[in-house]
Order: sequence, then structure tokens, then C-alpha cells
Amino acid sequence: MSKRKGYYASKIKRATHMLFFKRHTKPGVKGWELHKTLGSDYPKVLKILDDYLKGLDLQVKTVFEEERHVEKPSLEQLDRARFLITLRGELTPKEAKMIGWRIDDLAGLSIAISYIISKKGQAPRKEVEDLLRDKLPGWKVGLNVDRYVRYGYLMQDENEQIYLDWRTRAEVDQKALVDLLLGMEAKPSE
Amino acid sequence: MQSSKEREKLGRERLQRIMETCRSVEQRSLDPFVIDVTEDLKNIREYLPEWKLPDDLALDAETVNCLASVVRLQSEWVRHRSTTLYTDPFLLEEKLRKTAKEEIVGTFLHVWHPAVELEQISLHSIAEAMRYWQSLLPLNERWQQTRPEEVQTGSATKEELLRDRILCEKAFSEELENFWQTLKKKVAEKGNEGKIRYWDFVGAETYEETVQRAFMTSFLVTYGYATLEVRLLEEEIIIKPNGTPAPLTGKKQLVSIPIAVSVDDWAKWKRGELQ
Repeated sequence: MSKRKGYYASKIKRATHMLFFKRHTKPGVKGWELHKTLGSDYPKVLKILDDYLKGLDLQVKTVFEEERHVEKPSLEQLDRARFLITLRGELTPKEAKMIGWRIDDLAGLSIAISYIISKKGQAPRKEVEDLLRDKLPGWKVGLNVDRYVRYGYLMQDENEQIYLDWRTRAEVDQKALVDLLLGMEAKPSE
Repeated sequence: MQSSKEREKLGRERLQRIMETCRSVEQRSLDPFVIDVTEDLKNIREYLPEWKLPDDLALDAETVNCLASVVRLQSEWVRHRSTTLYTDPFLLEEKLRKTAKEEIVGTFLHVWHPAVELEQISLHSIAEAMRYWQSLLPLNERWQQTRPEEVQTGSATKEELLRDRILCEKAFSEELENFWQTLKKKVAEKGNEGKIRYWDFVGAETYEETVQRAFMTSFLVTYGYATLEVRLLEEEIIIKPNGTPAPLTGKKQLVSIPIAVSVDDWAKWKRGELQ
């Protein structure tokens, strides 16, 4: 193994440990932590790791502090961003069940997220719950919204307004979700 | 014909109503275009000549501020509508109500890329934990160690307190008076036209003494024992002792002048480089 390859191989190992194993309450690591451990060329290390993960249907995801995606981020912006490993492709409904999501809960999450996107990223909790009550049993609605908040998909303020949180930004392609929902041929629910 | 008092009361009520509507739009994320900003501004302007009391003028300013927030929301609203993420909420709501749960989940799974996170204990961490456990003392032993030690109370003499700088030899006012005399003496010896350059006065053999002198000088100026002249063009600060302490309550507005007394400046002054 050449010296250069060895140099990156050890850094990739360190990055894998940091990114895969949960270190804080939230999954993933902040850019500045990677910077400190791997050095200033950590974006390159992550790029190599991302290429390697392609074959495993995983990817290194960057969630910027600001909500919008940054085209050519500076090192400072990367230092402030959060990096985590996410699935690159898609899960089948069966797989989703296996990772602990009931179909009802996932549908509820999808409805809540898309509704909040359509309301400019903010909606009163009552409105979201009313919409969910259409398809989920009433007793479950409040519990589900609390769960989405606890998992980091949604965020609630003191005025009972619900916003999208960091996990939705990291895991969900918001534009594609709304486009797909609007483009669906509506079939009546059973 | 309405009396002036009635008109004022009516105006206040109207401003309150405008503010409440603005706030509910802001807090409940309603469509900000439900507010007719032009009309509301016209109303505010109509009542403006009536306001005589500061409270009423403050109410007027607050209402204008609320309207400004609504204008900002309107601008954000327009910007959002022009982005690709804009979707008519009613259209989407209708679609969501009419679509089966399974289909919604199917769609969501196309765009959802869940994060991977592992919580696992390693051999290394088990070994670390065991080492820690072995070296950990039983609770009853640890608590014994942390029991506070009994300390006998004693007495301190005035000399000891003076040495530890808990007490001062002289009262501060007395010390300040003495320092004022020192300033006057120094001006008489080294000054020019009853004035002396700041650094020529505060500068001393040691840095600690210099800082102490600068500290006392600031009180001389604050309490009117001396006047500070700042010559911006020459970058010079001059101190002029007053014959008698000037009263603090004058017509002139008091200003604070920060003066840095750094080690570098003090060293420069010692070498005679600081002009």
C-alpha cells in the first residue's frame, strides 16, 4: 500500500467510527469535530468514504446550519454543518416495518411533513392533528406528533406552532415528496 | 360632533385593534395579506395629530412597528410563493385526505433516506469499564474521604488585613485628595501652562504602579478634581488639575473616554518612545 493510500485509509477508518456510532443525543457529528480529528482535508476523506459507501447503498449526508442546500460550501460552513450516514436508495414497506416503523406512523409523518412544507414550514399543531385525525385513530394522533418531535423530525414552539426539524432536513427530499404527492392518482382510502 | 377626548379614546381603540390583528397574523401564521396595510396606515396618520401624551405616541410607534412586521411577512410570503417549494396547502390537504395510507407511505419511502446510527459496546470499552470498576472505592469509603475538615476560627490583626489588602490604610476620599495634590505638584514641576501629558503623570517605575495611578486618575477626572483634554489630531491626552473640584452636575454632557494602559504602551513610555 502506498504511503498516501495508507494515510487516507486510516483517516477513513476514524471517520467511519465517528459517523456510524452514536456519540451524542443526535446521530452524526459536527464538521468541527471531524476537522479536529481528521485535519483540514476532512471533506476529501468524506468524499472518498462516500464513494466507498455507494456500493453499500449508503451515503455521507451533509446538513447545513442554514436550511438551504449550499452549492459550494466553504470550510467554515462545513465546520458548522452536521454530517451523518443515511440510506442512499429507498426502503421497501417491509423493510420500513423491520426498522421499527408502523405503516400508520410513517403515513402520519409523511402527512405532517408535507402539510408543514405547504404551509411555508410552519403550521399550528391543531391543524396538523386535525389532518392526521382523518386517517389515524384520535387517541394516537397526539402521541404520534410527540414522537415525531422527540425523534427530531418536527419541532414545536411555545405557541404550539410546529416546524420541520433537523432530521427532516437530513433524511427527506422535501421537494420530491410534495411533487410526488401532488402527482399521485388519488385512490380512495379503505 | 365628537369631543377631543372621545376622539382620542376612539383612536386608541383603533390602534389596539390594528396591533392585535397584526400579532395574530404573526403568531398564527395566517395570510399576511388579510391586513390592508395602506388603510391601516391612513388610520394611524389620521389620529397622529391627536396624540399629546408620551404613552399615546408610544402606542402609535408600536402600531407602526407591528405593521412593518406584517409588511416583512408579506414580502416573505411572496418570496416563498415564487420558489419551487411552494404548494397550495388546500390542494395538498385535499390530496392527502383522498389518498390511501398505503399509497402515502409508498410515496414517502421514495424520498426518505433514514440515518444510520449504531449503539454498540466494544471489547475495548468493556475492558475500560472493568478497570474503572475495579479501581472504584466502595461508597462508604468514598464518603468518608469527602467529609469536610473542621477548621478552628481565629482572629486577624489590622496589620494582617492591611498586608493582605483587605483593608486600606486611608479612606478612599483621603487617598484621592492626596493624589490630587500629587498631580498639582507634578504639573508645577514638569507641566506646561498648568497641564501635563497623561503618560507623564500616570507613568511609573513599575507597570503595577502605572495601572494604580491610571485607576486613581480616572477617579480624579470623574469627581471633577481634574479635566481631561483629548487632542485627536496630535493623538495626545492632557490632564489639567482643577483649582477646586468642579461639580459633576453641569450643563455639559458627561462622556466616557476609555484609555488603554497596556504593558506595551508602558514599555514604550519607559523607553521614551511614547509621545
